[in-house]
Amino acid sequence: MKTDDYVVVGTRPIRHDGADKVTGRALFGADLQLSGLLDGYVLRSPHAHARIRRIDVSKALAFPGVKAVVTAADLPQCPDRLVDYGEGPMRLRHLRGNILAGDKVLYKGHAVAAVAATSRHVAEEAAGLIEVDYEILPCTLTVVEAMREGAPLLHDDLRTVEFGEETGSVSNVAEHFRHVLGNADQGFAEADVIVEREFHTVTVHQGYLEPQAATALWNNDGRVHIWCSIQGAFWARDAISLILGLPPSRVKVTPMEVGGAFGGKIRVYVEPVAALLSKKAGRPVRIVMPRRDVFEATGPTPGSYTTVKMGARTDGRITAAQAYMAYEAGAYPGAMVGFGAICVFAPYDIPNVVIDGFDVVVNKPSTAPYRAPGATQAAFAAESVVDELAERLGIDPIEFRLKNAAKEGTRRADGPKYPRIGCLEVLEAMKTHPHYTAPLGGPNRGRGVAVGFWFNFTFPASCTISVNADGTVGLIEGSTDLSGTRTSIAMQAAEVLGICAGDVNPTVADTDSIGYTGVTAGSHTTFDSGWAAYEAARDVIRQMKERAALLWGLDPTSIEFAGGAFRAGERALTFKELCARMDETGGPIIGRATVKPASTGGSFAGNIVDVEVDPETGKVSILRITSVQDAGKAIHPGCVEGQMQGGAAQGVGWALNEEYFMGPEGTMLNSSLLDYRTPTSADLPMIETLIVEVPNPDHPFGVRGVGEAPIVAPPAAVANAINRAVGVRLQRLPMNPPAVMEAIWKKKG
Amino acid sequence: MKWFDYAVPQSLAETTHLLSTHPRARPLAGGTDLLVQLRSGAKVTGLVVDVKYVPELNDLSYAPTRGLTLGAAVPCCRIRSDQAVRQAYPALGEVASLLGGTQIQNRASIGGNLCNAAPSADSAPLLIVLRATCRLAGPVGTREIPVEDFCTGPGQSALQSGELLVSFHLPPPPSHFGACYLRFTPRNEMDIAVAGAGAGVELENGTFRSARIALSAVAPTPLFVREAGNWLAGKPANAESINTAAEIAKAAAKPITDMRGTAEYRRHLCAVLTRRALEAAVRRAKEARA
Ligand SMILES: Cc1cc2nc3c(=O)[nH]c(=O)nc-3n(C[C@H](O)[C@H](O)[C@H](O)COP(=O)(O)OP(=O)(O)OC[C@H]3O[C@@H](n4cnc5c(N)ncnc54)[C@H](O)[C@@H]3O)c2cc1C
Repeated sequence: MKTDDYVVVGTRPIRHDGADKVTGRALFGADLQLSGLLDGYVLRSPHAHARIRRIDVSKALAFPGVKAVVTAADLPQCPDRLVDYGEGPMRLRHLRGNILAGDKVLYKGHAVAAVAATSRHVAEEAAGLIEVDYEILPCTLTVVEAMREGAPLLHDDLRTVEFGEETGSVSNVAEHFRHVLGNADQGFAEADVIVEREFHTVTVHQGYLEPQAATALWNNDGRVHIWCSIQGAFWARDAISLILGLPPSRVKVTPMEVGGAFGGKIRVYVEPVAALLSKKAGRPVRIVMPRRDVFEATGPTPGSYTTVKMGARTDGRITAAQAYMAYEAGAYPGAMVGFGAICVFAPYDIPNVVIDGFDVVVNKPSTAPYRAPGATQAAFAAESVVDELAERLGIDPIEFRLKNAAKEGTRRADGPKYPRIGCLEVLEAMKTHPHYTAPLGGPNRGRGVAVGFWFNFTFPASCTISVNADGTVGLIEGSTDLSGTRTSIAMQAAEVLGICAGDVNPTVADTDSIGYTGVTAGSHTTFDSGWAAYEAARDVIRQMKERAALLWGLDPTSIEFAGGAFRAGERALTFKELCARMDETGGPIIGRATVKPASTGGSFAGNIVDVEVDPETGKVSILRITSVQDAGKAIHPGCVEGQMQGGAAQGVGWALNEEYFMGPEGTMLNSSLLDYRTPTSADLPMIETLIVEVPNPDHPFGVRGVGEAPIVAPPAAVANAINRAVGVRLQRLPMNPPAVMEAIWKKKG
Repeated sequence: MKWFDYAVPQSLAETTHLLSTHPRARPLAGGTDLLVQLRSGAKVTGLVVDVKYVPELNDLSYAPTRGLTLGAAVPCCRIRSDQAVRQAYPALGEVASLLGGTQIQNRASIGGNLCNAAPSADSAPLLIVLRATCRLAGPVGTREIPVEDFCTGPGQSALQSGELLVSFHLPPPPSHFGACYLRFTPRNEMDIAVAGAGAGVELENGTFRSARIALSAVAPTPLFVREAGNWLAGKPANAESINTAAEIAKAAAKPITDMRGTAEYRRHLCAVLTRRALEAAVRRAKEARA
């Protein structure tokens, strides 16, 4: 179906969930009402690192209105093993340990116990009566500290894996890996200019507005039903069943509407706790996280320490690149530094590369993915160095990138050779965009550029389509809708069926009602669930051809379907007309499909950013941003633009002000949205977008996932713009006013 | 949040009675500070006394001869949209639209802003330079104190037990007067001042007849830098005088290092903001009617 004569694909129909969201009817995580519902409250550790000597819950249990109290002792106890519910292998004890702390708390905010009561306030007050005897331990809060000899150890059984093998040495470094391509020493020897810089980024949060919320009902028959705000119902089901020691078939997850997630709602937090409380209380239990807990116990994304060294010849060719990347995993291994290593030099064709990655635990919340996890930190470092190289060589920064851009056949240091990609096309589009040559119009202003890559995941997906007699269809999918994917999936079915998007009625189903579908993450949903919808629609068409054949007394192979009508010679029936005759031709029709694509198309995105720096305060104002991205094929351009704008907005927040401001004892001091300083609409101009379409040969419509790549480049683009404005290169995020001011002072001496 | 009782007195006498008979009672105006603090556990109370229905606390009246009476519970949205206020005290209208966002301004009061006694309270420097006074009422009667004497430490005020803030009084603006409050925040909206500076100036033939300067977020309380204003009196209204006054303000600041900024950075901001606020105030004074 590789034609550009699409009727539905590429248009901008109204989102199917639009009216409900705009009028406030949509039901989010906390909105479920069940009779007998109790409210839960989680007691969290006030210390960043401590041994739990004893927990006494008796006073809480005796408090009027309290129906149940749980601690880690209520989790099933069984030997540790490696488990994998989709995210990659991890230790069961780590998975459980983050739900309710066992013998140790590893970060301030670590869940220790929970109370279910007749109201949230009663539960909170009762939780305050739980006595926990802590032996406070020294904590380690940054990757640099945690890697030092003699640093406090979070896990006394964490043995460093080096180059794929367990070393036997116990430290905070969970893993050290290395990618090598060519010979970096030789490459640097060939270089005329070498730039080597050190970069730091701090912990930031995904910053979704809706806090985690879950309601659980542990039925008398041993089945557990959970309603929650989650990115993947099936991953949640499988994680919850592992944590609770139940077979997955005993757990049913009904996903509610999700008020923002960005990777932070892949993991479960309060879901298993609500289930344990429900089991004890015999009533449904709801837990809604307060904002403070969202900051202190969910998310965040890793802080990092990175050095990047790159060399280039005077002709503008990069000869070698080297990166040392150490990322903070938080309390348990899994800093996603491997993803960062894939992306760090991904936009470039560099013959000689060495990348060292370190996954390091620290006494901060266990990190979770955040849009292109690991890539933004990496691109901040690499794209700053690329920009400096271009500056030193006197080459235009886009021209320099074009000279070195990766293309089909380029090998990445982590192994794969690129299929058809759109890196060059994105850079060309940036170069010719009017923004790139527009006058800056004032002093202390500068323009920066950067590009970023995200490889995109692929997960299995399922879809069923039921045909209605009036010519509309119902579409059931397993992908929770974070960003309008109901519509982009429905549109792919509509294109095949020859009907309009509004005639497809999409529903996101619970885990008992649709086949297994991977998490809505990794920019895979429009790609995979869209593909499943495409195949399910083709299944419908195949069956309807049989119906037409029956009516006309022909062989099904002689029926054609084109332009929305079934035809054989002179005879024709539109899709709608044939639907009306479904009953007389054999009854209901259901199309179904499952897909498990092996490959996916990576996506490149770039930004042009204009800033103005107040030289007296260090405050950076964003004057103009343009986001350019290869979408492969934009199914719903409006939704793609929304992703590009959202990614840019979050990238600017990460660049300028967002940070976990940690006290020395590991307490986050700014755990409110007032003090965390996500940008508001007053801090951003309208973000301009330009969609580039280099179709993905591995998808029926050419789709590439678009949800993550747009956050990768903005921090580097902002840093490069600040440099052009006031001549200082910032190598630490956030580039907040005091940091910029200090850099200006330092430059002035 | 712990359970508390809630009272809605209709008169001043009833209010002071409630406050003096319940020592841990807390007045509630817009609640934009109090409710946040109660929810987080930073404050605990058994009785919340809603003062929004007491007539004296809702008064907003201006007369050119008398000046402005601003009830302690009047929400910012009323101040912001009051024509008389905006004409006579444009900087006050600005502060009322600076504080928080639209939703916050629909509830938040200037009285609450001052009674919360945060060093960063945005209205305090401006009230000080506008020579505002506070009218306090308690079980034994009422008294008046200047705004600069109201805050005594972070979260601490001159209010005695059982006492509440009834209203502010602002004298009518003199001729050739201009005022301005500027704060520095990393975000453009919805942020707490890293530092702020208010300036009020009276001009006469190109010189300062009088001037007042006050700072926020750089000391345990909003800081009235009397010496900076006194120094300006009689000096020509030019860049040199303004810069010197800004340096005096900077020297007076006693900031701390915290998540909103380092002490050094804040001191630096004091000079920048004082200079900019003075420049704006002078501009306004020049445009003001005689
Ligand atoms: C999102 C957000 C943004 C904000 N932005 C700003 C900002 O930009 N600048 C700023 O300065 N502040 C800001 N604040 C803080 C707050 O909104 C202001 O301080 C506001 O003016 C408080 O007024 P209120 O009427 O809501 O006070 P309340 O919360 O009702 O009261 C504040 C305190 O004063 C006491 N009190 C109230 N009235 C009286 C009275 N008449 N007599 C005695 N005591 C009394 C209360 O008991 C309480 O301790 C913000 C708050 C939020 C939540």
